[in-house]
Amino acid sequence: MPPIRDVMPAFELFQPANVGDALGILDRHGADAWVMAGGMDTFDWLKDRIRKPKVVVDLGNVTELRGIKDAAGGLEIGAMTTLTSVANDPLVKERFPMLAAAALIVASPQIRNQGTVGGNVSQDARCWYYRAGWPCYRAGGNICYADTPTSINREHAIFNADRCVAVNPSDTAPALIALDAEFVIKRGSAERVLPAREFFVGPGIDITKLTVLKPGDLLTAIRIPATWAGKAHYFEKVRDRQVWDFALVNIAASLNMSGTTISEARLVVNGVAAEPYRLDAVEAAIKGKPRDKATADLAADLAVQGAVPLRHNAYKIPLVKALVKRAIRGEAEWATS
Amino acid sequence: MGNLVSWARSPWGESVLIHISWDLFWAALVGGLLFLLAHGGYMLFSQHHKRDSSEVDRLEAARKGLPANITRHGFVARMFHWVMAFSMLTLLVTAFLPIVGVKFAWVYWHWMAGILLTASVMFHIVHATFVLDFWSIWIGPKDIPEFKAEMMRDLGQETPGAPKPGKYPLGNRLYHLAVLVAGLAVIATGILMMWRVRTGIVERNPYILTDATWGITYVVHGLMGVGFVGLVIAHIYFALRPEKLWVTKAMIFGTVTRREYLEHHDPDRWVADK
Repeated sequence: MPPIRDVMPAFELFQPANVGDALGILDRHGADAWVMAGGMDTFDWLKDRIRKPKVVVDLGNVTELRGIKDAAGGLEIGAMTTLTSVANDPLVKERFPMLAAAALIVASPQIRNQGTVGGNVSQDARCWYYRAGWPCYRAGGNICYADTPTSINREHAIFNADRCVAVNPSDTAPALIALDAEFVIKRGSAERVLPAREFFVGPGIDITKLTVLKPGDLLTAIRIPATWAGKAHYFEKVRDRQVWDFALVNIAASLNMSGTTISEARLVVNGVAAEPYRLDAVEAAIKGKPRDKATADLAADLAVQGAVPLRHNAYKIPLVKALVKRAIRGEAEWATS
Repeated sequence: MGNLVSWARSPWGESVLIHISWDLFWAALVGGLLFLLAHGGYMLFSQHHKRDSSEVDRLEAARKGLPANITRHGFVARMFHWVMAFSMLTLLVTAFLPIVGVKFAWVYWHWMAGILLTASVMFHIVHATFVLDFWSIWIGPKDIPEFKAEMMRDLGQETPGAPKPGKYPLGNRLYHLAVLVAGLAVIATGILMMWRVRTGIVERNPYILTDATWGITYVVHGLMGVGFVGLVIAHIYFALRPEKLWVTKAMIFGTVTRREYLEHHDPDRWVADK
C-alpha cells in the first residue's frame, strides 16, 4: 500500500440535494466526475492520491436515494441506504434474511453506518497491486502484477481471469443476484433497469471496471422482486479476520423447496472472480433433487469445474466446495431453513 | 490528437511505454477512407488510361496457342489467401471493436486468430519458397521503368514500349511488401504477448522481458495493427474496383482469361501453363 496522506488532491465538490441535480452535474462533467456514496472506497483512492478527479459528487444529501419500501411483496432499496439500515430493516429481515445477513457482515459497525448498499455493489477491486497505483491492466496498463510466478495472490481469482485476476469484494452483490434483484440506473432523463447479474462486468469484457456504470450514470435503487421472499436462504462469508475483513469467499443461495425437493435455486459465490460468480451448472443440476448430502456433494464438484488457481490461492477450490455443500445442506448461522 | 503513445510509471519509478494512443486507430481509419474517396474520385474524373482494345486484339491474335483460361492462383495458394484474410479480419475486429465501444470477450478470439494467422503465414513461406515462383512477388530497382509507366498511365499517358508486369502487377507487389513487414511484426510481437495472457500454450510470465521491452513490443504491435486498418481498407477497395475485379475473380476461381492475361501481363515474364 502506498502511504496514506492526510491531504487529498484538490477537487471541486458538489453536494446535490436531489437526483435531478446530481444527474445534471454528472452529465455536465462526464468522465471528470467521481460519484461518492458513503466514501468508504472513495477516500482510499483520494488519500492514496491514486485517483485525482476534478469533480467529486457527494450524494450524502440526496435523501430520496435513502430508504427501503415495499414493492408488491418485494422491496425497493435506495442506493444510498446504509448497510446498517439494510441489515436492521424489519422488512429485509422478514423477506430476505440473506441480504440482511450479508449487509450485517460487511466490514465493521462504523463502516456499515457510513457505507451504502449502492457503494457496496459498485466498489472497485481491492487487489493491492492495482490499489497501489501500478500500471496494471485494470489501471489501463499492459500487465497483471498479481498473476506472475512471484506474485502474492492469495486473495485473487480462481474463475474467469482474463489477464486481470482481481476479484469483486462485495458481500451484498452475490445476495442480490441470488434474489434476482434489479438495479435501476439513471442517466440524464433516461432510466434503465438491469438484472443484478448484468450490472457486473468481467475483465474479458471491460478490464478497467467491475460494473457497467459509465460516466454520467447513477445507480439510484435496487429492486428485489417478491419471487424469493420467504424461501430458504443461505449466506456465509469466510474471511481472515472475523471482526473486519473482505471475504476470501462468500456464498449466497436461494432455494425454493417443493416438499423435500429443490424446485428452483440460485447460488452465487464472490471473491473468486472479477464479477460475482453465479453457479449456473449447479443450479441446473440440483433442480428436482432432494436437499441432502448426495446433492450437496454433486453440487460441490460441479461448482469448481473450470477453476484455475494461482500460486497462492488453490485453497479457494476446497473452500468453494465446502461452502456450496453447506449452502445446500443449510448448515450455518444464516440459514433460514 | 493527444500523444502518439501512452506512458506509465512502473513500480520501480521508471517511465515505461504502455501502448499506442488509440487516436491512431481513428487516424488510420479516417486516412484509409479518405484515400478511398480521393482515389475513387480521381479514377472517376481523371484521364486514367486503359490499354487500347485493338492492341489487346493484336496480342491475342498473335498468341492463339494459349488456353482460354490461364491459372493464376492454384487451389492451395487461394486457400492460404482466404484463411489469412479470415484470420486478419478476425484480428482487426477483435482488436478494435472494443476500442470503439463494442464490448465483448475479445482476447480469446484474438489470440486464436493470431495463431491461425501465424500458422498460415508459416505455411505460405514454405509454399512460396519451394512451390511457387518465389521471386515473382518481390520488387527491386529493375521495376523502376514499370513503376514510371504505371504512374504515367494513371496520369493518362501511355509509354510506348514500357514493360508490363509478370505474374503480379506492381501494386500487388508493393502491397505484399507492406503486408509482409507489418504482418511479421504483429506476428513476432503477438507471439511474445502470448506470455501475457492465459492460453494454455505457454505459462503466463510477464517477466520474460523487461518493462521497457514489453512497452516496445506493445507499441510495435499496436502501430502495425492500426497500419493494417489502412492496408485492409485499401485492399478491399481495390479488390472491389471494377477494373480490378478480374484479379479478385482469379483469387476466387483461380484463373484469368487469355485476354486478361495478355492485356495486363508480360507473357515472357509470366509464362502461362499450357
